[in-house]
Amino acid sequence: MYKILEKTQFSEKVFKFRIEAPELARHAHAGQFLMVRANETGERVPFTFADWNAEEGWVEFIFMVIGKTTTMLASYEVGDSLQDVTGPLGQPTEMAPGTWAVIGGGVGLAIAYPVARQFAASGNEVHAIMGARTKDLLLLEDQFRSVFDDDHVHITTDDGSYGEKGVVTAPLERLLQEGKVDHIFCVGPVPMMKFSTLTAEKYETPITASLNPIMVDGTGMCGCCRVEVGGKTKFACVDGPDFDATKVDWDDLRARQAAYLTEEGQALEAYEEAMCACRR
Amino acid sequence: MPQVNGRFVPDMKSPRTPDNEEPAAERACDFRPVDKGFTKEMALAEAERCMDCKKPLCVEGCPVNINIPKFIEKIREQKFGEALDVIREDSMLPAICGRVCPQENQCEGKCVRGKKGEPVAIGQLERFLGDQPELASTPKMAPKNGKKVAVVGSGPSGITCAGELARNGFDVTVFEAFFTGGGVLVYGIPEFRLPKAVVKREIDGLMDLGVKFEYNAVVGRITDADELFEMGYDAIYIATGAGLPKFLNVPGENLPNVFFANEYLTRVNLMKANRFPEYDTPTKHGKRVVVFGGGNVAMDAVRTAKRLGAEHAIICYRRTEAEMPARRAELHHAKAEGVEVRELVAPLEFVKGEDGCVCAVRVQKMKLGEPDESGRRRPVPIEGAVEEIPCDVAISAIGTNANPFAKMIGDIKLNKWGYIIADEEGRTSDPRIWAGGDIVTGAATVILAMGAGKTAAASITKALVG
Repeated sequence: MYKILEKTQFSEKVFKFRIEAPELARHAHAGQFLMVRANETGERVPFTFADWNAEEGWVEFIFMVIGKTTTMLASYEVGDSLQDVTGPLGQPTEMAPGTWAVIGGGVGLAIAYPVARQFAASGNEVHAIMGARTKDLLLLEDQFRSVFDDDHVHITTDDGSYGEKGVVTAPLERLLQEGKVDHIFCVGPVPMMKFSTLTAEKYETPITASLNPIMVDGTGMCGCCRVEVGGKTKFACVDGPDFDATKVDWDDLRARQAAYLTEEGQALEAYEEAMCACRR
Repeated sequence: MPQVNGRFVPDMKSPRTPDNEEPAAERACDFRPVDKGFTKEMALAEAERCMDCKKPLCVEGCPVNINIPKFIEKIREQKFGEALDVIREDSMLPAICGRVCPQENQCEGKCVRGKKGEPVAIGQLERFLGDQPELASTPKMAPKNGKKVAVVGSGPSGITCAGELARNGFDVTVFEAFFTGGGVLVYGIPEFRLPKAVVKREIDGLMDLGVKFEYNAVVGRITDADELFEMGYDAIYIATGAGLPKFLNVPGENLPNVFFANEYLTRVNLMKANRFPEYDTPTKHGKRVVVFGGGNVAMDAVRTAKRLGAEHAIICYRRTEAEMPARRAELHHAKAEGVEVRELVAPLEFVKGEDGCVCAVRVQKMKLGEPDESGRRRPVPIEGAVEEIPCDVAISAIGTNANPFAKMIGDIKLNKWGYIIADEEGRTSDPRIWAGGDIVTGAATVILAMGAGKTAAASITKALVG
């Protein structure tokens, strides 16, 4: 069992857990992920490390409430325990020296933050591009601002409720035009990653994407997380989750991500009904 | 018991005792165990059929050389506890092996009675005993020798090695990546063939012997060989298996609702997707399910599909039934449950339907040509003979490759396919590391993996305590 040490709520639907997991904390790297099974009947869900501390023996991950498992997780409190936490899994994010644009969209900001922080800590200039649909969904602004100067933090919202109105490709394109960026890292929804990639290609700048397909075991045993990269089938859990974004088949990824939408709806509905029955 | 001049006389007239099975039509609707196993009366009758050969070929046919005539003799004498003790001298997992060994290629395949009729049902007799573990004597434990061994992987090879080492006085810890122990016994082989309670009982038995289990521990990620040695382990046994699915390498393989058998089986066996939404993991309940492959994994997948409600569950194999590597019993069970078998077809393409998911597979019809290096006749395509089989779920069960974590555990030599190079005692290129099971041999059988675990345990014992 893995004890919840801290629970932080960022917005209505976005939470962070700090979990007691000394073995994971000792071996975690930016870009890697863990698999959580909340209880005996739970499913296995991947979450990227948001932060970790080897001395204190904890790891953190951020999640947004979207389905049954995340709804249930949001009801867990400090002192409760998660049944299983496995990791670290996947390849650490590779860093090259130079100036970076690290793009995070929505809950992807939780993955972008440790990557951006680590790139900066290694002596690189980093521009953080933070995108969200609306102000309420913008994550970790304080954390980003505590690491980066204001002129290195670029915020966009789809509805213009905060920062620049529009999508992340606008500030990305400006930086690329000014010749300020050598490498790009992006993580977020498929359309965001796809259009960031198109922008990067226009300026012939290398771009890495952290992919988020459905996973079951997370150790390369099942192939549920397979993605097509450069015409070859790759397992995101062992070969990734980071890949050369210019080679990713985005339509393939999106189709596989959507494979269980009906079942996910059923699971959430059944859970909410059970919760209502409890309250009655 | 019939005897002449004090000597046992085998019953040469009785036919082989038939398996005690649930009716096919009923069992194919749920995950209940198909085979209920022998009753005491059935076991006694079957034991009478053994000829008690002076040079028992069945023992040679068993990969761990269980003294088969001796345990059958004990059954005849109704000394079931002693019979179980005889088996446990060579195998600690009779309830599992009796169920999943391909006996027709092993012990029963060598049985003299099989030459002119039906061999003795050795597997069923072993299982009959294995299902009564309370009858066995407590294994003799060597005094603690103060040495620590780390076993990586809790599949049949790892748990056999761990059990043997514990009996030999070692302090043993098994590291397992999943949240529960058993490897393929829990995520691969379905409940209807091997109840998970049986696996749990065997693991609990090992814990009673003092073996410790660390779950959610992906060695190679969470720790590695160097760290384990620093932590005070004196030796490591690597038994991570061969779990990485092989690709068919045909177009459309990544379409939604096309599965590798490992994922399909893991969702149901380990995550209990058949009980969704009581359990959170979903799966796809196809009405028309096509499975490619001819091994046990393909049989398990197609029979699982049937139990998830498939009206048409079809096995497609590129050779003929005669060449299928699956256990004969499973092929018979599958057919009795209404599984269709399509011989001599190979996949060409998975076809995308209007909803973006797989809607059919195009297959190439084959014929058998000359024998290949394995002695089996090679399938060759019949030019122009292409057919489309409609389906809403397709499953690839054509085999697996080496587990990708093997190379991250320690600096040991691998062959070009990523399998660990080990000698006949399981020793790798690092004198402190042993390996065995599928990660050395490639995908094989449960009993061979167990045999490797047992051999390595003996070798580790010899190396560390002389």
